[in-house]
This record gives sequence, C-alpha cells and structure tokens, in this order.
Amino acid sequence: MNIPADLKYTKTHEWAQFTGEGKAKVGITDFAQDSLGSLVFVNLPEPGDEVACGESFGDVESVKAVSELVCPFSGTVEAINEELLDAPEKINEEPYDAWLIEVSDIGDSEELMNAEEYADFCDEENA
Amino acid sequence: MGDFISTTPASRREMLETLGLGSLEELYRDIPAQLILKDGANLPEGKSEFEVFRQMESIAAKNTIYRSVFRGAGAYRRYIPAIVNTVISKETFLTAYTPYQAEISQGILQSIFEYQTMICLLTGMDVSNASLYDGANAAAEAVAMCRGKKREKALVSACASPDVIETVRTYCWASGIELELIPEKDGVTEHSSLEAMISPEVCCVYLQQPNYYGLIEDCQAFAETAHLHGAKFIMGVDPIAAAVLKTPGECGADIAVGEGQSLGLPTAFGGPYLGFIASTEAMKRALPGRIVGETIDSEGNRAFVLTLQAREQHIRREKAGSNVCSNQALCAMAAAVYMAAMGPDGLKRAAELSLSKAHYLADKLGALGFELKYKGEFFQEFVTVCPPGVDETALLKFLEASGILGGLPVSGGLLWCTTEMNTKGEIDELVERVSEFLKKGGAAQ
Amino acid sequence: MKLLFEKSVEGCALSILPELDVPEYRLSEGALRLKAPKLPQLSETDIDRHYSELERRAFGVNNGFYPLGSCTMKYNPRVNEAIAALPGFTQVHPLQPSDTVSGCLEVLKLAGGELCEITGMDAMTFQPAAGAHGELTGVMLIKKYHEARGDFSRDKIIVPDSAHGTNPATAAMCGMKVINVPSGADGCVDLGRLRAVLGPDTAGLMLTNPNTVGIFDRNILEITNLVHEAGGLNYYDGANLNAIMGVVRPGDMGFDCVHLNLHKTFSTPHGGGGPGAGAVGCKGFLAPYLPNGYGEDRPESIGRVKAFYGNFLVVVRALAYLLMLGREGVTLAAQMAVLNANYMKKRLAECYAVSHEGICMHEFVVTLEREAKERHVTAMDVAKALLDKGIHPPTMYFPLIVHEALMIEPTETESKETLDLACEAFLEVYRDCMAAETPSQHPLTTVIRRPDEVRAARESKLIYKF
Repeated sequence: MNIPADLKYTKTHEWAQFTGEGKAKVGITDFAQDSLGSLVFVNLPEPGDEVACGESFGDVESVKAVSELVCPFSGTVEAINEELLDAPEKINEEPYDAWLIEVSDIGDSEELMNAEEYADFCDEENA
Repeated sequence: MGDFISTTPASRREMLETLGLGSLEELYRDIPAQLILKDGANLPEGKSEFEVFRQMESIAAKNTIYRSVFRGAGAYRRYIPAIVNTVISKETFLTAYTPYQAEISQGILQSIFEYQTMICLLTGMDVSNASLYDGANAAAEAVAMCRGKKREKALVSACASPDVIETVRTYCWASGIELELIPEKDGVTEHSSLEAMISPEVCCVYLQQPNYYGLIEDCQAFAETAHLHGAKFIMGVDPIAAAVLKTPGECGADIAVGEGQSLGLPTAFGGPYLGFIASTEAMKRALPGRIVGETIDSEGNRAFVLTLQAREQHIRREKAGSNVCSNQALCAMAAAVYMAAMGPDGLKRAAELSLSKAHYLADKLGALGFELKYKGEFFQEFVTVCPPGVDETALLKFLEASGILGGLPVSGGLLWCTTEMNTKGEIDELVERVSEFLKKGGAAQ
Repeated sequence: MKLLFEKSVEGCALSILPELDVPEYRLSEGALRLKAPKLPQLSETDIDRHYSELERRAFGVNNGFYPLGSCTMKYNPRVNEAIAALPGFTQVHPLQPSDTVSGCLEVLKLAGGELCEITGMDAMTFQPAAGAHGELTGVMLIKKYHEARGDFSRDKIIVPDSAHGTNPATAAMCGMKVINVPSGADGCVDLGRLRAVLGPDTAGLMLTNPNTVGIFDRNILEITNLVHEAGGLNYYDGANLNAIMGVVRPGDMGFDCVHLNLHKTFSTPHGGGGPGAGAVGCKGFLAPYLPNGYGEDRPESIGRVKAFYGNFLVVVRALAYLLMLGREGVTLAAQMAVLNANYMKKRLAECYAVSHEGICMHEFVVTLEREAKERHVTAMDVAKALLDKGIHPPTMYFPLIVHEALMIEPTETESKETLDLACEAFLEVYRDCMAAETPSQHPLTTVIRRPDEVRAARESKLIYKF
C-alpha cells in the first residue's frame, strides 16, 4: 500500500498536505479508496463554505455504499477539485493526486499521524 | 375456505417432526403467552373462490357506472388500447418483484428504461426516474428536491389541483418547508403576485399546465422570474396536453411532474395511478426513487440495472433525499405501451380531440346561458357559471338519470371536461338534456 | 435485445382513435410545443412481440420459487385479478357523488374492519400507496399528536440499526432526528441502550416485530412500555406481519400505529416494483389525525399524502384474499409461513451458518462471513449461482448487522416438495462454490451475465439517445 512520507493522516483515512500558511489540501488515502472499491460519485462542498474539525464535508459513493469525508481541521473551503465531479475514478487511480478540497484559515486541528504511524494504524485495522 | 397453502396436512406433520415439534402452535412458544390470540383474529369464516367472486361482484354492482363522463379534475376517462391490458396482464410482469437481480430482470428493467425515455420525450427533460406513486406525490417530492440550505420556502400556484396543493402542504409541514400559494386572478396564476412574493428564501415555484380550471398558463414567464431569483421552477403537466403544448423543457422547467393516469390507466376510484417526474441533467442526483441505467455485462452485451442507488434510503438511510423505495412499475409499463401504441400521431390526436370537443361543448353550453367563468385559453376543461335561477345540484341529478356524469361543482361554477371518449353524439345529448332541464325551470324538481 | 425506439419504422401507426367529429379548434401558436415527441412508430404485432420477449427476460412468482427475505413473495391468487378487473370497480370516477360509489366505500370499510381486527387498531386509512408511504403517514401521525398537545420539543425518532433504510429516511422526511440504537446479536432491542436514549425529546420508536433477522422480540411489552413512559409513541412497521397475523396483534404489543404492505402480507402482486398499497392503522386517540378519505372531513387531519383515496384496486385484491382466508385461514397462513421457514432453516443448516439458532419466524438469515474470509465465497456468489438453478435468490446483504447475509423467506404458499428441491439446490450451490478453484462466474444461463454496475453509475445513461 502506498503511504507517501510527506503527508499527514487521519483515523478516518483522509490525508492532508499543508500547502502554505494555514492552508492544506485534503484527500482520501490509498487504503480508503481500496476498501471502498470503484468510486462513482463525489459530493463536495462549495468554495467559501465553512468546514468544522472532525465533521463531514461531503461524501464519496461507490455502487453500494456511501462514505463520509471528514475534515481534520476547521477552516474555509478555498477550492474544490472540480475535475473529480466528472471523473471520480481519479480517486481510485491516483488517490494522492486527487485532492478533494483545499482549506484555508485553518483553526482547530485534529491530531494527525505521520506516514509511519498511519501504516501501523492500517495494519491494526486489517488485523 | 381458500388459503393458497400448498403443503398437505401429511407433509405438515412430517415437517413438524423434522423440527421436533408437536404442533403448529409450538412455533410460537417464544412469544409471551398473554399476547397469543386464543381463536385467531375476529374475522368471518373463510369462503370459496366462487363465493368471494360473487360477493365482490355484487359489491361492484352497487357502484354507478356512467355511460358518459364529462368530469375530469385530475382523473380522466380515456380510451385504453386493448394491447395495454394484454401486456400488463402478462403473469411475469404482474408478479415479479423490484428488479434487484438484473440478470433475471432485464425485461422489467428495459421496460422502465423505455418508459424513462418516453417521459423525457414527452416533457422535453433530460432524465426521468422509474415513476412515483401519483401526480400529487410527484409534486411533493419535486418540492423536496429543491430545498436548499437557506432556501426553505415553496411557492405553489393556487390554480394547481386541490389534491396536489394539499399533498404538497402535508409534506412541507412534515419536513419544515414553508408553503405559500401564489393567488389566482381570472382563473390563472397571477404573475405580478409572484414578483412580489419571490425572495432569496424561495426554493421553488410550482405551476400546473393546464391548471385545475383547464386554463393554459404562461409558464415561461414564471420560469424566468423563478430563475432570476435563484429558485427552481417545477411544472406539473397533463401528459396528453403535453403532446401539443409547449414542453416543460421549452418553458425552462428544472423539474417536470404529472399524473400519468391518462396514459392507459382506468379511473378506478382514484388508483392505482402513476406519478412521473423528470428533471434537468443538473438535478438528476436529487431525483427520488428508482432509476434504471444502461450498461454492459461481463461479455460486453447491453444490460440494464438499477443505478445511482447511493442516493437512496437503503444506502443513505436518514441522509437520503426521500424514503421512496419502489415505483409504480406496472403502471409505468401501461403508460409505455400506451405511448407506443398511440405513437406520436395518436397521442397528438387524443389531445386534439379532447381540445376541440371541449370547445364545441363550451360553445353549446354558452348558447344555453352557461357562460365561461374565465376568458383565457383552455385545453380540455373549462368552468361555466350557471344561468340565474339554475340549481347546479338538481341539474347534475337530472343528468345522472340519463347516465351522464356532469361537470364537477367548483367554487362558483361547474368544471366540465371532455376527452376523446365523448363523441359528438354524446355531447349533443348532454346539451339536449341540459336544455330540457332549463325548460323545466332549472330548479330542484 | 433492441429497444422500442430501435424497432421504430417511420410512418408506422395504429388506428386507435377516430377522426375529429366536431369543428376543429386550434390553440394559439405561442402555446404549442415546437417538435412532436419522437415516440416509437410500430405495428401492434411488433409491440406485442416486444413485450412478450421482455416477459421472457423477467422472473415472477409464476416462474419459480422466490424466497426473497423481507418481501413476502407469496402466490398472487388469480381470482383477485379477475375481481379487480370488474368494470364496476375500474370505471368509477373518484369524484362521483357519494350515493354512486357505495360499492367502493363498502370495499374500504370491509377491508379496514378486517385489518383493524388483525392489527388490533381502531381506525385504518388506505391513502398511502406503498410501505414507505405508509411509514411516512405513520410518523406524521406521531408528529401531529405531539404538536396537537403543544409539545414541540419531541423531535427524535428511535430506530434500531437492524431496521430497513426506509425507517430512518422516513423519520428524516418528517423533520425528525434519527437516533440509531444498536441491537443485540439476535436483532432484538437492547433494553439498556433504549433506556439510555429515551427522554423528553423522544417522539417515538419505529420497530418491526418479528425483527429483520426473523426473531420475535420477546421483550416487546417492556419496550413499548418504556417508550410510552417517556412520552413517546410506538410505530409498528408491518413488513413482517406475515409471521404473526391471526396469532398476535401489534395493538396488543403496545403499538399505537402500524403500516401494512397489502402487496406482501395480503397477496396482491408486486408488479415489478408496484403498485402496492400501504394501509395505515392507528389507535383511536390518533384517528383524528388520519388523512381524510372520501367524504371525510377531520379538521385535525395531517392532510393528504396523495390524491384521492389510495390504490383502490389493490385494496380490492387484498379484500378478496382476506374474505377467502377468513379467521382460520389467516392464522394458518402465518403458521405455515413460519413452519416453511423453520423447515428450510433446519435443512440449510447442514451447510450454511444461520445467524441465530432456535425457532425463527417467517424468515431467517444465513451468513457467508466465514466462507468469504476463508474461501472468498460471498453471499453474492451463492445468490448468482442460484439464478442458474431457476431460483430467485434471497435478499442479499441485509440486514446490515449480519455480514455476508442472505435473508430467506419461503412464504406459506410453497409446498414441501418445492422447499425440498430448493434446499437441495441451495446445498449443491454451497458445495460447488466452496469447491471452486476460480472465482465464481455465475450466472451462466441467464440472458445477460453479471452487469457492470460501476460503469452504469459513472456513465449514467438513463434514457435512449437517438
């Protein structure tokens, strides 16, 4: 399984990449896309929406399931990856390129795992 | 007694033995004893098929079946081509479940796909679902589709059918959407009122075409006003009128809904009927209920499946947009067969016959002093005001004696309806009876 | 197979309607649609053959065994169809004067009376068109009850996690917050968890009993009592009534309102997804809030949930069925549904792991969880292999609290001989699946093979493109 070393991870299998002062992109991990299976749709917020730490900001759909997307910090949605709205399969193909939203003005934040901690976490989930 | 149980008493004993049980009652031994009914439910004794058929036949005979019907108001007696009932009586269509197992349900799935396509052709919309319970329910579901975070008010035309308004009102009350009626003026929805009522809180505007009084509304104007203020425009349409009138698509509707009973279903004391709902591509994921889509199987052959299911209650549970988990599949099939049998020309003819006959009847009634209540252009229904001194109820009773169901009393008049079923002879007879009634003095006998 | 649109021939038309026999009226140009709808143009021969071909590509109760759990796919008596086709029922206009519809009103009265006896309720409406629609009506009654008492703080509906998805979706449509309570392993309500969520904000509880794993919750009186003590009402989801009709009554269990699926329990055909009918019954104190039927005018009614009075012809069929069964027949139908389920469960236990030991009600759940882990044999594989045996598969992957679930409901209208043949097929399928070295490719004999559902959802081709 692919777990890039330069990203941060959540227990709900999102990744976060800090892109600047108080700014980060959020996506779902390889582990997440693999267990969800082929994704067919993604529901994203609108730029300008507020997101809250630990709360849902959208969801991804496979044929038979819906999975909530959880934001690890509070802030404002600066941008969404519009390309995914027409091509959700990109999340399956390149989970770490297929960022979902970019959040700015980050306030509260969950405690995030580094790559090594996240790899252990996934092993536990698999056991 | 008929019970449709296929197991013989001997087999029953054998099965109980297999389970180590002595009686059928023992199957319920885990249920608290105080709950068990001693002698079953308090029902009459069972009867044979013959007896029940006779009993139901005599109950049916208590209803009056009119030779001529000049009443619509949401339910229309139309000609149903014989092929329609032939098809929907086919046992497999009748007894199949919802097509969950696509490999053995291609017949049902394809018929729904064809239905969805025809509804889009009729309404000029992009996508249709597999159908809803009825037209009123479709309107209520359409309103719910439009609700937004800060848009929680629906504006509904006061000229929509009362059953539609009431159903939408019930759903709105339950879910917490505020509902306001756009007032009527001269039998149509008042556009200037809409302009006064619309605000950033409004999620949708609902208009019915033709409206309850049979009049043709200027839908485009309402669509434009709604869109100008960021609200959706929902158009309720009669499917026969839709064959000739400007389509919801052409009027700029975001959602089209309607009562599909006219497409091959009998009036049957109100049901089962068929609700259709179609939307723009942009709103397809907000559609309630089942949707069939085309795909391929593992060998590349065309296949149909229930799709976009992640919108629905069995996956999304309390976050689903609607709790609908079925459709009126057999009624939708009737509608599809009806439309296929009628074809584009036949459907247009049904519309033109209904339209012309209505105007013929309106002229004749007008000559007897029954003035049109509203001056606007109408389709197959119209409201007349009775001449002074004429007792409406007595008139309807008088017509009933000749096997004629006359117009429906609505505030201040009678709402008449014609369809292709009303021949010129029938209309002339109606007019003759009305004239006879007037000669007798026009009051209660 | 081709679509109607692909079989269409320009200029082909049937002669259904006559020429115009009155002066022609023309609408103003501005009101007209620009293009005629591109409906197919076909001969009657071709239409008839098209649908005969579609019929061969479908599967009904007339074609074979249909043990679809939770759906009660019992036989649909043909006399019901003959009765529902009587012109004395089909030709009635819903807005006829009251003295001309006494037959229709008698149907509703008789059916309502019998169903009140079966459920232990005092009043019944037939306006809801389906089970989910009945649920909606039921929860609206609960909402109205609290509002009418001036209690606007009750906005929570308790739903067990074993419930059908329609329960929480319905509650949400009524503006209620859904409180999911985990059930025990047997799908029964965990009393401790229930107590913990009850309070002054409880509007009600939605429950089906027997529950979705086919177990009768023996704590039912305590459950309904706890909800009542908290000031909430109890709603009975009639999905599983077939197990207990004529044996016990929801009204005696402490439920305040119920919905019934006439298309399941009372033998009316499913029509490939509808029309059904979802009658709603309630105790007397809720009756003032019911939707108004023909000629009724309850000032405190929740209002209409649909035009007119419901799927009348479906009620006609259900009444015909009830009249035939009568007192003894109704109880026997329930008993035989339970016997058939237990018999099948016992036989299938030879290979399949059942989710819960002991006597089940009208249905039971088996799980392929172990097989999925150890041999990659899933519930889906078993279901698809059953298609090749001419059996409609059980409900798959429900209830959600059992992994790799298959939910089996044989119904009372199947003979022991049919059950024996089906059991052999189930067992053979199990052995074949477990012995297979490669992933299952079933079904092999159906008109299509497994469809690509991901492609369907991603491409979403929902209508034919010319």
